[in-house]
Order: sequence, then C-alpha cells, then structure tokens
Amino acid sequence: MFAKSLSLSLMASELRVMFTRRRTWAMLFAIAMIPILLAIAVYLSSDRLAPGEGPPFLDRVTQNGLFTGFTAMLLALPLFLPLTISVVAGDTIAGEAGLGTLRYLLIAPVNRARLLVVKYLGTLVFALAGTFTLMAAGAMIGAILFPVGPVTLLSGDVIQIPEALGRMALVALYTTISMMGMLALGLFISTLTTIPVGAMTGVLIASGVSQILDNLPQLSWLHEWLFTHYWLDFADILRQPMELSSFGDNLLLQLGYVAVFGSLAYGRFTTKDILS
Amino acid sequence: MSEKGQWAIETNGLTKAFGDQKAVHGISLAVPRGSVFGFLGPNGSGKTTTIRMLLGLAEATDGEIKLLDHQIPKELQVALPKVGALVEGPAFYPYMSGRNNLIRIDSADRFSDPSTRKARVDAALERVGLSNAAKKKVHAYSLGMKQRLGLANALLKPRELLVLDEPTNGLDPQGTREVRNLIRSLAAEGITIFLSSHLLTEIEQLCDHVAVMSAGKILAQGSLAELRSHGQTRLILRVDKIDEAVDILKTQGIGKIKFSKENMIAPVAEDIDVAKINEVLVKKKIKVSEIRLEHPSLEEYFVDLTGEGFEVVR
Ligand SMILES: Nc1ncnc2c1ncn2[C@@H]1O[C@H](COP(=O)(O)OP(=O)(O)O)[C@@H](O)[C@H]1O
Ligand SMILES: [Mg+2]
Repeated sequence: MFAKSLSLSLMASELRVMFTRRRTWAMLFAIAMIPILLAIAVYLSSDRLAPGEGPPFLDRVTQNGLFTGFTAMLLALPLFLPLTISVVAGDTIAGEAGLGTLRYLLIAPVNRARLLVVKYLGTLVFALAGTFTLMAAGAMIGAILFPVGPVTLLSGDVIQIPEALGRMALVALYTTISMMGMLALGLFISTLTTIPVGAMTGVLIASGVSQILDNLPQLSWLHEWLFTHYWLDFADILRQPMELSSFGDNLLLQLGYVAVFGSLAYGRFTTKDILS
Repeated sequence: MSEKGQWAIETNGLTKAFGDQKAVHGISLAVPRGSVFGFLGPNGSGKTTTIRMLLGLAEATDGEIKLLDHQIPKELQVALPKVGALVEGPAFYPYMSGRNNLIRIDSADRFSDPSTRKARVDAALERVGLSNAAKKKVHAYSLGMKQRLGLANALLKPRELLVLDEPTNGLDPQGTREVRNLIRSLAAEGITIFLSSHLLTEIEQLCDHVAVMSAGKILAQGSLAELRSHGQTRLILRVDKIDEAVDILKTQGIGKIKFSKENMIAPVAEDIDVAKINEVLVKKKIKVSEIRLEHPSLEEYFVDLTGEGFEVVR
C-alpha cells in the first residue's frame, strides 16, 4: 500500500535534512555572492576594460547585465563550486557515520544500496540548486546594475532576452551534469571514512589534481578522461547554433565516472562494518 | 508464516575478530521470547560488538544468528522492523529538533506507514517524557534527554524485541530510575528485552535471565534463579558461648564454620530450617543475638567466574 511512497519518503527526508542545515544555506548564499560581488566590482571600477582583458565575458558585463551569470560561472568553476560540491559529497556517508546516525538509519531499517542512491540524488539536487542559484543571482544583479538587452553570442549572432534566460538555465544544467562524476567520487570517498572533513578534503584535492593534470600538455592523452576536462566547455552553449558535441562527450564521461565510483561505493558500503 | 519460535535471539558460535583480537569469541546466546534478558559484562567484553552483529551493522566472522526466527544477515530487512534498538548510545542530528529527528528515522523505514508517522512520533515522545522538549534542537538536549530520545526512537512502532545497549549510561539517579521503570512497563507488555549493562545491580533489578560476558566469551547463562543457585547459602550466627555452639551445630550437620569478628559463618543448604536451629541453641542455654541466612549473591558468583571481579579485563 505504501509501496509507492517508499523511496520518496526517504528522499524527501534526505532533502529536508540537507535544507534544514544552516551550512547548506550558507553555501548557497556564498555561491550567490559570487556574481553579486563581481557585478559590484565591475560597476564601481571606473576604467572600462578593453575587450578581451580579464576573464572571458568580463568586458561584456557592462554592456549587457545578462553576461554576469556566465562570467561568475567561469570564476566559480575552478575552486569555489568544487569546494561546495566536495563539502556535500564528502558528507554523504561519512557525515552520518561521524554523527552515529548511520547505524540508526540502517537498523530503521534502510537497505544500504537504497541509502547510497538517495544520498547521491541528494547531492545532485544540491548541485542543481547551486548552479541555478549562481545563474539566477547573476541575472538579477546584472539586470539591476547594467543595461539588459538582446545578447550577442560568441558566434556573433544575437538572441532575445527569453532565449538568453533559457541558455542560462542550460548552462546551470550543463554544470550540474559536469559535477556528476565528482559527486560520485565524493560518495565513494565518503564510504571510506567516518570523518567527514577527511572525505571533503579528499574530494577537493581530487578536483584540484584533475584540473592541474588537465593543464599539462605532456598528459594530453589523459585529458579527455579527467572529470574536470569539459567543465569550462559550457561556453559552447553561447554559440549559435549550439555546439552540442561537448555536451554529449561530457555527459558520457560523467556517466562513466558515476558507473565506476558508484559501483565502488556500492561494493564498499554494502559490505562495510558500521562500527561508529 | 510459521509459529513463533521459543527464542527471540539465538546465536551459535558467534565470533567477531578485529585483526587477531577476538572481540566476540564463539558465543551461543539463547534469549527466550518474553524475557527480560540481561547481557552483563564489563567494558570491552564484547557486548556492543555482539549487538552490532545481531542488527546486521557488522558482519560476523563466524557463527550463526537468528533474530525473531529470521536468519541474519540474510533476512535482516524482514526482522529489523520488529526490533527497536539503542546501540552504543543515542545519535541524532544536532541541528534538528528531537521530533524531526524521529520523523527522519521513521521515514527511512519503508515498512512504516507515513500516514500515522506524526502520531506515532508524538506518542513515542510522550512515552519517554519528552513532549515538552520535542521542538528543541537536539544540540540543546542533555545527555539524559538524548538517551530518552534514543528510547523513543526504539518505540516508534510496536516491537517484538527491544535491544538496549547500556540504556542508563550517563543518566543521573532520577533519570536512571525513570528509564528502568520504562523498561519494566515495556516488559510488562510482553516485549522481549535484551538489555546490555556493565552494572550488576541494574541486571538484578530488571532481568529474569542473564548471560555473563567476559573478554568475548559467555561465562554463564540462564535464569537469574539458576545462576543464583550456583552460590553457597550461608548461616550467620552470633552467640555468647562459641565453643558450645560449634558442638551443637555439628549435631545439626553444620560444619566448616569460619569466624569473622564475633560472627560465625557456616555453609548450609538453602532450605535449612533456621528457626529450628535457633530453638536447639536456645534450649541449650545459648544466647543468640543474631541468626540469619545469607543467600548467595550474583556478585559473588561473578567474582567466582571472572576471578578478578568485575573489572575491565582488557
Ligand atoms: N572498531 C574496532 N576495531 C578494533 N577493535 C574494536 C573495535 N570496536 C571494538 N573493539 C574491541 O572489541 C572489544 C569489545 O568492545 P565492545 O563490544 O565495544 O565492548 P562492550 O560493549 O562490552 O564495552 C574491545 O576490546 C574493543 O577494544
Ligand atoms: Mg558497549
């Protein structure tokens, strides 16, 4: 009878726990501050940037506020977004183990595989919330401080405001997909320890290492296997017509990571002694 | 579904090794349904480790487990909804209220009915006397309140078995008394209770059966009465004329008398007629200022069993 609400009940509960935490809101707030600070800094600086100076798109922000979100995403991707992602992903199992609540969930009982899936989906929801928060905050502050109008894409084509908003949502979605591999890696690392900070640090280091390797030309054969490799390619969404090949490659790569680290997490967690 | 078996918990040669240390070493428990079963042992004797294996949190290195007639770990998901447990102290999300913590755990259990969830949570909180603190965040709870919230969690649904690992740990005397009363009232409802403790007095007060653990092994197991009967009943006697009294006692078949201050202490059968001995002594003009039987205490039995008394062995 309640068969249908089975997993939904736990999923809803997982999200409620996540969004009861002040930490979650603090991280979303900090993510929102990235475009806001960026826009204010640009607004206040008197010298106009020459086109091409500073991060990509930065010079365009003053001409069209809708570029704020894209620019902020570029700034957030190397460190800040992965930082929040590693906090959430590293916390999944290790956080419950550290608190001791894991043993009470398991004897409730909840099936271990089911708990893993729910934990993973929870982190994915956070990634979605984070990327959409960033883009939405960018659009809003951009609209407040700068003129807003039809957007000139990288290809030179011009799109109208509603379509520009649609592309923003696509960028948020693309970035969420980009995080899937890292989230799965985090889930796995989280099953290895009862100390959440350890797991979080591990995931963050992995994203740093991956980005460094991606910048070493000597390792070019490795690049397309790195989970950070396609992160910045969201810029392809700003072309007309949209360049979808990186989208597809990225999705495949991320799903590969999910399969590998999801299996490792499953193998580890379903046989692990819960001694905390 | 077959008849309910005789045992709520049954283990056979249950073993758990951590490295080369055997934390639990081939124990065979038989916990009768409906009993209040004391699992007594000093700190580090393997109680919590055993409980973790019973509940499927840790995998046994060797041996078999049956929990409410279900094979563990194979039929864990069927057995666990019928079991409420407190393992190694309570654990909750500190940033959530007591009530929301219980709702969270109940939501995890896919066998529990969401439509009655809130009512069950409130009833459990009421039962442990936490209704007034239900909306407070758990980080503001005292240890005693957390312990009770842990008990409330175990009582979210009607259970056949409660596994309580040191439920009075960290409680003040008042809290300890309340928890013990709660356990009594649960036992009176016919729920089997498996209670681990390092406190002999607690087990003696609450339990009708007991298993004694030491260094991973069960040293003794049975009903409290059975275990008590292992000890020696003694006659304690204080009289004015000791030598004469010794002779008279011999005629009554009482020898091996020891002396402690003015008291005479003699091993006797537990059904000895004290009044009759008193009568004999008085008839021979001996003044008896004290005469009584001292029944064997469990504590002595444990000292016998463990040799060095009730200390941490490792
Ligand atoms: N995770 C662990 N790793 C190694 N040894 C452990 C672990 N948990 C418990 N032990 C050891 O197992 C023994 C039994 O511990 P435990 O079951 O907690 O005892 P009790 O609950 O009776 O106090 C102890 O000697 C303890 O040191
Ligand atoms: Mg213990």
